[in-house]
Amino acid sequence: MDMIKHLMETRRDSVIAFGIVIVGYVVMQALMATGNLSYTISGLMVPICAYIVMAVSLNLTVGILGELSLGHAGFMSVGAFTGIVVTTVLAGSVELPMLRLAIAMVAAALAAAVVGVIVGVPVLRLKGDYLAIVTLAFGEIIKNIVNVLYIGLDSRGLHFGLVTPRFTLEEGGKMIINGPIGVSGIDKISTFTAGFVLILITLFIILNLINSRQGRAIMAVRDNKIAADSIGISTTRYKLMAFVISAAFAGMAGTLYAMNYSTVTAAKFDFNLSILVLVFVVLGGLGNIWGSVIAAILLTALPELLRALNFNDYRMLVYAVLLIALMLFNNSNFKQRLLERRAMKQAEKEPKEVA
Amino acid sequence: MALLEVTDLGISFGGLRAVDELNMTVEQGALVGLIGPNGAGKTTVFNMLTGVYRPTDGGIRLDGENLVGKKPHEICKMGIARTFQNIRLFNKLPVLDNVKTGFHNEVTYTLPESLFHAGSYRKKEKQMDEKAMEILKVFDLDGQWDYKAANLPYGKQRKLEIARALATDPKLLLLDEPAAGMNPNETAELMETIELVRRRFQVTVLLIEHDMKLVSGICEYLYVLNFGRLLAQGTPVEVLSNPEVVTAYLGG
Ligand SMILES: Nc1ncnc2c1ncn2[C@@H]1O[C@H](COP(=O)(O)OP(=O)(O)O)[C@@H](O)[C@H]1O
Ligand SMILES: [Mg+2]
Repeated sequence: MDMIKHLMETRRDSVIAFGIVIVGYVVMQALMATGNLSYTISGLMVPICAYIVMAVSLNLTVGILGELSLGHAGFMSVGAFTGIVVTTVLAGSVELPMLRLAIAMVAAALAAAVVGVIVGVPVLRLKGDYLAIVTLAFGEIIKNIVNVLYIGLDSRGLHFGLVTPRFTLEEGGKMIINGPIGVSGIDKISTFTAGFVLILITLFIILNLINSRQGRAIMAVRDNKIAADSIGISTTRYKLMAFVISAAFAGMAGTLYAMNYSTVTAAKFDFNLSILVLVFVVLGGLGNIWGSVIAAILLTALPELLRALNFNDYRMLVYAVLLIALMLFNNSNFKQRLLERRAMKQAEKEPKEVA
Repeated sequence: MALLEVTDLGISFGGLRAVDELNMTVEQGALVGLIGPNGAGKTTVFNMLTGVYRPTDGGIRLDGENLVGKKPHEICKMGIARTFQNIRLFNKLPVLDNVKTGFHNEVTYTLPESLFHAGSYRKKEKQMDEKAMEILKVFDLDGQWDYKAANLPYGKQRKLEIARALATDPKLLLLDEPAAGMNPNETAELMETIELVRRRFQVTVLLIEHDMKLVSGICEYLYVLNFGRLLAQGTPVEVLSNPEVVTAYLGG
């Protein structure tokens, strides 16, 4: 019996995912160092990192747990604004920007996880389309709440207001979140390297989870809820576990993303963003973690690369055609047959090993 | 005390009385059959025993402990495992992992251990791999441990479901038409396997079968259900010679 082969197979996906990310990082660093990177592309590096973390974490909910969530940007928003508040508060006390960013991300993960529990407990009782619609509503609600949220900081501490800033700041105080105007004057402490490290951590944790008893329980719930129940798996517990971990990583991606711009508004984390990330997950393949990584990179960079190649007039056309082609391929009989052939080959191989 | 005691069990779906006043006991170590024509209410009894349905009347006790109102996953922890008439495997998971999910409450480690693959993770996973392969061997599935469950032939899928149920280390194993869709050879072989499993895993078995002759070979005691009510009970010989049973079958 060749358990080694089994180990290699389960590890293969992890190796590919880490491989893509590490090679990508080294290549981009080299291009940056030699000045071969256009201004737009280098400006995209941190957002791409954030999108990768978003896609990988959403894949945990949609691909591994099998529940369609249309509100992933809501968790990103929670993380973004938590991160902004925390970094502002820590600006005086924690000198090292990287450390401040790391602390902000931990706080963002916790905040998004708490919101994940609050949303998840009622929502995960729903099935399929209902769950999708409620998560969509959740994303919009978060956007609308942040739109009327006022948070200020002065020597007395933090001040909160909803709808109107019901507080007056002392001399030298700072308005952190200013309702619909959002946040401006952000200390841009996110870096490509920080994004790279966050992706590595995300991949490490989520791939480890998938290859564990909890991960198997989550996938068992996805494949057959009644059967999972029948072998002693609490389906509500594992649904919530996947959903909350997914939300926590979206929160960290939010901080990474927000600390890359000088201004951020709630409108950035809207339904369109949730759908964009969902497109990454679906095109990369449900449950396929490295697929999410590739899809997030390609679909974000492609329009810009086509622009750089002077395809300007046809840029969006090429992009759209590629998207449609990929989508068709993913749902085609052709792909189905490829997969079946692979299964057949496997089946032919096996009897020899048994004998 | 019997392992399983069912008293005056009943359930209604709207106006339909699917099971009514069912009394049944299964002794420790026994192999008991629950038979009856299609639509008699056999699967509904299993669904009540495993918490999928909540009975409208009556009681269920396992080792003296009440089961009514408990959730399916709690009932599994108390010692009942089952298979399904319409196979329910984890189709996208490998055969090996289907069995490993069955160890969910048997071999455990914490969430942090799994997120970092630290602590007892490696040891426990190895232990699960070995135990799972042992069970797969009993069902002659060890050669296909890395197949996706969905890619197994039908007969082997049925066996895998039993293997997964046994992984939970149950006191009572419920099998819902395990031979459905199998040819006579496969059926005979499966019945032998069930006998073997029962000895090896020291498990009590309650078995649903549509085909009366088939179970009479291996079951020590039979309960016959018809229109949700108990029609007869006894040893296979007694039951088979009961004229009411014969009519129920010919009529159904
Ligand atoms: N969830 C349900 N809702 C309504 N009727 C049901 C339900 N489950 C079972 N029944 C009915 O109960 C009766 C017994 O079904 P079942 O237990 O599946 O029979 P068997 O397994 O003996 O063939 C049938 O008439 C069936 O339609
Ligand atoms: Mg049935």
